[in-house]
Amino acid sequence: MNKTKKIAGSLGIPYMIWAAFFIIVPLIMVFWYGLTDADGHFTFANVAAIANPAHSKAFLMALLLSLIATLVCLVLAYPLSLFLVQTQKDSSSSLTMLLIIPMWMNFLLRTYAWQSLLEKTGVINTFLSSLGLAPLRMINTPGAIILGMVYNFLPFMILPVYNSLAKIDENVVNAARDLGAAPGQTLLKVIFPLSLPGVISGITMVFIPALTTFVVSSLLGGGKILLIGNVIEQEFMVAYDWNLGSGLSLVLLVFIIISVVVSAFTDRGEEA
Amino acid sequence: MNNELIHLSHISKSFDDKVILDDLDLVIHENEFVTLLGPSGCGKTTTLRIIAGFETPDRGSVIFDGKDITQLPPNKRQLNTVFQNYALFTHMNVADNIAFGLRIRKQSKSYIEDKIAYALKLVGLEGYEKRSVSRLSGGQQQRVAIARAIVNEPRVLLLDEPLGALDLKLRQDMQYELIRMKNELSITFIYVTHDQQEALTMSDKIVVMNQGYIQQMGTPEEIYNEPENAFVADFIGDSNLFPAVFLRDGLISVDGAEFPCVDKGFGEGRAVDIVIRPEDVELVEAGEGTVTGEVTDLIFKGVYYEMCVDVAGREWVAHSTRPCPVGDKVGIRVDPFNIQVMNKPASEDEEAVPTNE
Repeated sequence: MNKTKKIAGSLGIPYMIWAAFFIIVPLIMVFWYGLTDADGHFTFANVAAIANPAHSKAFLMALLLSLIATLVCLVLAYPLSLFLVQTQKDSSSSLTMLLIIPMWMNFLLRTYAWQSLLEKTGVINTFLSSLGLAPLRMINTPGAIILGMVYNFLPFMILPVYNSLAKIDENVVNAARDLGAAPGQTLLKVIFPLSLPGVISGITMVFIPALTTFVVSSLLGGGKILLIGNVIEQEFMVAYDWNLGSGLSLVLLVFIIISVVVSAFTDRGEEA
Repeated sequence: MNNELIHLSHISKSFDDKVILDDLDLVIHENEFVTLLGPSGCGKTTTLRIIAGFETPDRGSVIFDGKDITQLPPNKRQLNTVFQNYALFTHMNVADNIAFGLRIRKQSKSYIEDKIAYALKLVGLEGYEKRSVSRLSGGQQQRVAIARAIVNEPRVLLLDEPLGALDLKLRQDMQYELIRMKNELSITFIYVTHDQQEALTMSDKIVVMNQGYIQQMGTPEEIYNEPENAFVADFIGDSNLFPAVFLRDGLISVDGAEFPCVDKGFGEGRAVDIVIRPEDVELVEAGEGTVTGEVTDLIFKGVYYEMCVDVAGREWVAHSTRPCPVGDKVGIRVDPFNIQVMNKPASEDEEAVPTNE
């Protein structure tokens, strides 16, 4: 008994070493750089720099676009998941595979693909002009960034929502119908509330990567629309101001922690 | 007999080419406690789901109070269901679960509160309004499920093996509770179970089903004492089920030994099945009975002893309050009234031939 416990306890050691080197140490470094100036003196200036109009504009833009992208993902994923649960009992069905297959492809590659589709002289505009139509301005717009976010993060919404819907007992839905609820009322009063944990975890899993992305915005926004992720990237890679970059990262980190805590709290409230 | 309330008329239903119900015809009267009894896969639950509206029959129709409701969705039917696994709404407390149907019907707040209090009293859960349903025991969840259904004042309450998940003591208590509720509410109960004891205890009428067909319909006494075929005899209680020859009216022969009986009209020399309940097998001194055998097994069952007696290679089971030790020679006597003669199945499928009820 004691021996098995010892062995079981030691199974976590490889990951703990990994986590110490690649999560804990970098995090301490971010805190260190974020809360000191170039001379190594303690300061809040790097964090307070979020109030700088250029930074707060990028932050609000990231917030706005990621919220819209999250909402679009939810609106797409929920009806689809309902449909999948009701019609495809087999999770390896072709429709489910269609959703999963894009996830096997590299994230960067998929975003480049959208870039070449949306470009001024890209695939779509070439096709339009061959039909004699005027080219559309698609790339470098907020819409293109939202499209990129939705395309890349949609599976992270579908999977938890689908799972929570699939877990609902068929008889619970039958019971609602049996007690007089029409299909719409059943969805609103029984199915949706019971799927809320999945919806919340889907929102968290889409919102956070969307909020912090800089790849989607730099490839599809063309550097014209700066998100907070781009600002932080530039501080590190262009301006070499690690202190400012870390300070802004800390602001973002606080925001992410808040949203994770809120979602975990709502989740637990549901299960109680 | 009360008015006819539900008529299942020539219902057939298949799933993926597997026939579940074949030309089922069943009439249920107002204020009856009807039990659909049979082994798993006999079609009893499918029958219930068709009445509730969760399944649509391939052929046939469901007549409710004179109206055809075959295509009516479940939310428009005047009946409510208590599900096997309770199917409570885990995101609501006890009171909200019970109020669900009433709120859908937009009843007044005071009416709903009165109804919740009444229903909780009926099922013996006063003061549980604010409890979370997932913190209740199985028996309590079952009571909430019943309360949730009956507050809507359905004409019919459908119960799908509602006591299956409860332990024996609780199950017996709930059986009496259900009979009490049925009498208090005076509505029709349609009860599905595979437990013959439960069916005999609670029902006004038992419908024994097997392989999608009704084997026999009748009162618990009729089903138990006068089974119409070997399946019913075997399924309802322990029984000595033997092949026999019908010699003439009032006389049969089992393995060459002649037993007087009261049944008539099976045709002289015809092969039949007979059933004798173990409690009707009288053990007497060797030589005094119709046949003689040797006790091969003695098991204490609480209220009675169960003994197996070997008579010329055939095993008879007898129940008695007096034990006979293993190895003893005993005589066997059976009251003519306690021998039930039944037609032999014409073929393997005969078990599935509907009776003329």
